[in-house]
Amino acid sequence: MSETWDVVVLGAGIVGAACARACSLRGLRTAVVESGAIGGGATAAGMGHIVVMDDSEPQLALTRYSQQLWMALSDRLPPQAEFESCGTLWVAADEEEMQEVRRKQRVYASLGVATEILDSRALREAEPHLRPEMAGALLVSSDAVLYPPCAAAWLLEEAIHFGAKLYAPRTVVSASAGHVRLDGGTELTAEHIVVACGADSVRLIPELPLRKRKGHLVITDRYPGLVRHQLVELGYLKSAHSLTTDSVAFNAQPRRTGQILIGSSRQYGAEHTAVDHAILKAMLARAQLYLPALGACSAIRVWTGFRAATPDKLPLIGPWPADETLFLATGHEGLGITTSLGTGRLVADALSGAATEIPLEPYLPVRGPIEHSSSTHPAAGGLHA
Amino acid sequence: MKKAFDVVVAGAGPAGIAAAVTAAAQHRRVALVDDNQRPGGQIWRSGASLPRPARVWLSRLEASAVEHLSGTRIFDHPAPGVLCAEWNETAMELHYEKLVFATGARELFLPFPGWTLPNVMGAGGLDAMVRGGLPVAGKRVVVAGTGPLLLAVAAHLAARGAKIVAICEQAPFARLAKFAAQMSRYPGKLLQGLAYRLAARHSRLYCGCWPISASGSTALESLTLRQGNRTWSVACDYLACGFHLVPNLELAELLGCRIQDGFVAVDDLQQTSVANVYCAGEPTGIGGVEMALVEGQIAGLAASGSAEAARKLIPQRRRMLGFVDALRRTCALNPELRRPAADTTLVCRCEDVPFGTLREHTSWRDAKLHTRCGMGPCQGRICGAAAEFLFGWGPDAVRPPIFPALVSSLAAESTNPNKSMEDA
Ligand SMILES: Cc1cc2nc3c(=O)[nH]c(=O)nc-3n(C[C@H](O)[C@H](O)[C@H](O)COP(=O)(O)OP(=O)(O)OC[C@H]3O[C@@H](n4cnc5c(N)ncnc54)[C@H](O)[C@@H]3O)c2cc1C
Ligand SMILES: Cc1cc2nc3c(=O)[nH]c(=O)nc-3n(C[C@H](O)[C@H](O)[C@H](O)COP(=O)(O)OP(=O)(O)OC[C@H]3O[C@@H](n4cnc5c(N)ncnc54)[C@H](O)[C@@H]3O)c2cc1C
Repeated sequence: MSETWDVVVLGAGIVGAACARACSLRGLRTAVVESGAIGGGATAAGMGHIVVMDDSEPQLALTRYSQQLWMALSDRLPPQAEFESCGTLWVAADEEEMQEVRRKQRVYASLGVATEILDSRALREAEPHLRPEMAGALLVSSDAVLYPPCAAAWLLEEAIHFGAKLYAPRTVVSASAGHVRLDGGTELTAEHIVVACGADSVRLIPELPLRKRKGHLVITDRYPGLVRHQLVELGYLKSAHSLTTDSVAFNAQPRRTGQILIGSSRQYGAEHTAVDHAILKAMLARAQLYLPALGACSAIRVWTGFRAATPDKLPLIGPWPADETLFLATGHEGLGITTSLGTGRLVADALSGAATEIPLEPYLPVRGPIEHSSSTHPAAGGLHA
Repeated sequence: MKKAFDVVVAGAGPAGIAAAVTAAAQHRRVALVDDNQRPGGQIWRSGASLPRPARVWLSRLEASAVEHLSGTRIFDHPAPGVLCAEWNETAMELHYEKLVFATGARELFLPFPGWTLPNVMGAGGLDAMVRGGLPVAGKRVVVAGTGPLLLAVAAHLAARGAKIVAICEQAPFARLAKFAAQMSRYPGKLLQGLAYRLAARHSRLYCGCWPISASGSTALESLTLRQGNRTWSVACDYLACGFHLVPNLELAELLGCRIQDGFVAVDDLQQTSVANVYCAGEPTGIGGVEMALVEGQIAGLAASGSAEAARKLIPQRRRMLGFVDALRRTCALNPELRRPAADTTLVCRCEDVPFGTLREHTSWRDAKLHTRCGMGPCQGRICGAAAEFLFGWGPDAVRPPIFPALVSSLAAESTNPNKSMEDA
């Protein structure tokens, strides 16, 4: 038995769901295959920070494009997607980091992203629980947070509403030359196969330049008002999420429930989902350094997740040269919640032969080296989750 | 704060007390850790009107050299030989050569319309509150659920002057009669059972019966009961309800102990699949106090290197295993108990998730992710077991912390046990 589709999307994480929605909206006959829970992969582990990031120019373009798409959608998201436009505060610990605040403001302004510089006093007013001796911060009001699994489920529901068909729970066994084989023997035929299996995409295409990058998060009980914005440290000059070694950075997010989500960590070569106590300890010590009040908060759960990381931290979006029926939508590292919507639009435009709204070239699976926007440091631009 | 012991016993119920006292008698340095202020576990901690064995064991504990760490909750096991606990908002690290965990069991609650009304309580929960001073004289109480616990609670409440309107046992009469007949092989238990029945003699016992809804304006006023095809309402002030016990396995899972058919697998000496780790009491099988005491003694002896003495108690434990089995068969839940829950009935009380919303999902993980069921402070301790019965969903993986812990406590955790021992 074989069914024929214009597009078959593999994986219903937030990226696959966004691709399915965009393709079916475009009138493409679309099917989606998911082996587990909708949004149950990296999407369930992610922090849900919708953030404009300027690590490199292409990253800035894709995150800004996506963030605008989220804004446009925000009124229609269901309450369980918990969308809150709380904005981001990039916290500068000292004068050296304040220079980074000013640099960042200029970069964001060049793309029309309005920001505001807070001095030490203004920051204290905005976030009274931060350590008082912070130098200041950059406020990016257009950033937001949401609850990723429910956002993914809603995107998929929309796709289904526009005619997409969901195969779940079904596992893709192989995908090549326009054929997708599912467990149990079903075969789907498609003009385009969108590979959106996150870090597991390498199981279908072993040559993909993807590595798993493990992260830890902690959620607290409810403390409404303790944190008001997504808080992110700018301290990469000193603590650095580097590309090669394990690292932690301060990241705290207010949830609609009043809970606080605390991040974040990055580890390579850790393939097990178990909590790593040394990393957890370092991460929470760093969080308390910035936000001492967290120490007295009750933590109710800790979990881990895996980011699908590429060597240059940009996603892989575009046809796979070895098999042009395969179109990649993976490798979103620590930004896939944000960039899911932009990715979906790029995929739908490319597959339907329309012009993309931002250039696709920087994300093509085979590409040249990219330039980082500011310092020589790989994490320049700040330390998102 | 760091403390080191030869034997750490987690849980100060009957099993844990027996293990700690026994190990201390073998001249081991022993800590007995429990998150409650008083020792005694579910049934003895109230301290009031206790039976003889309780008084005996509690006074042995008092006379022993056991260091009783009360109000201390174990939340993590960061490395072999180390537990992390919180006491009075302070992180504490407990180092052990041998660990006996006796973490007990909790009651299973099944949702039905109105079960969240004030004065609808756990059977053991209401029992404990009454021991703690809640007056029930003249109050009309329905006791419902399953297992010998119901009779025990009814007897106790009746003795405190409550009017037991009905005792509703979900198991059919035939199964109960068979159980009672088997009980003659366990004399202590039989006598206990009879005593309960006598004390509760003014109340009616309905078999194959359970509540299907509760109503009241601000608190419980009346209950609708079902027995076979018959339904009727009774006016009452309290419902004491419990559908038997589910073992507390969080620590077992964190330790990596092998779990078989829902209980911790142990050998004759109560040794788990993990080296230097023993388990006693309800996590190995719901067997009641006498079983818990024997298992605790075996574990305490084995953990102190007195395997010979421990072996002498094995026959005693073996005799009781039949009771564990009979109890499990008797209390097996009738699938009809899934029916009372209506679409609007809350299943998860921390996050307000109703039955109808959950029913659309395919697994516990799927339901959790999309409805927040089990994501609140209790982390599914209450709704998880209910969902398992209602939908047949298996539980999620256990991760630290197994109880909520302060961020500062998590940050203080030891990651290198050897080094921290030197620090201490
Ligand atoms: C700790 C942490 C914090 C993060 N914080 C943020 C943040 O604040 N903001 C942000 O934008 N991003 C964040 N991210 C990144 C973000 O979570 C990911 O980039 C994003 O979820 C990737 O989505 P995805 O759909 O590509 O992958 P996934 O969510 O992993 O989805 C892939 C899906 O494919 C399915 N699948 C795999 N193989 C098969 C198969 N063979 N057959 C069928 N189905 C299959 C899987 O079951 C899964 O559901 C964070 C990530 C982590 C780990
Ligand atoms: C509500 C209730 C009422 C009962 N009433 C009766 C009755 O009337 N008659 C009868 O014969 N049997 C009764 N039982 C059964 C009886 O309690 C058990 O058979 C007996 O107590 C088993 O003893 P135990 O030591 O295994 O567990 P428990 O008595 O349950 O003791 C376990 C102890 O460990 C503690 N603990 C668990 N995890 C941790 C942790 N991580 N950190 C610190 N401390 C921890 C718990 O708080 C508890 O104090 C009742 C059970 C329950 C749950």
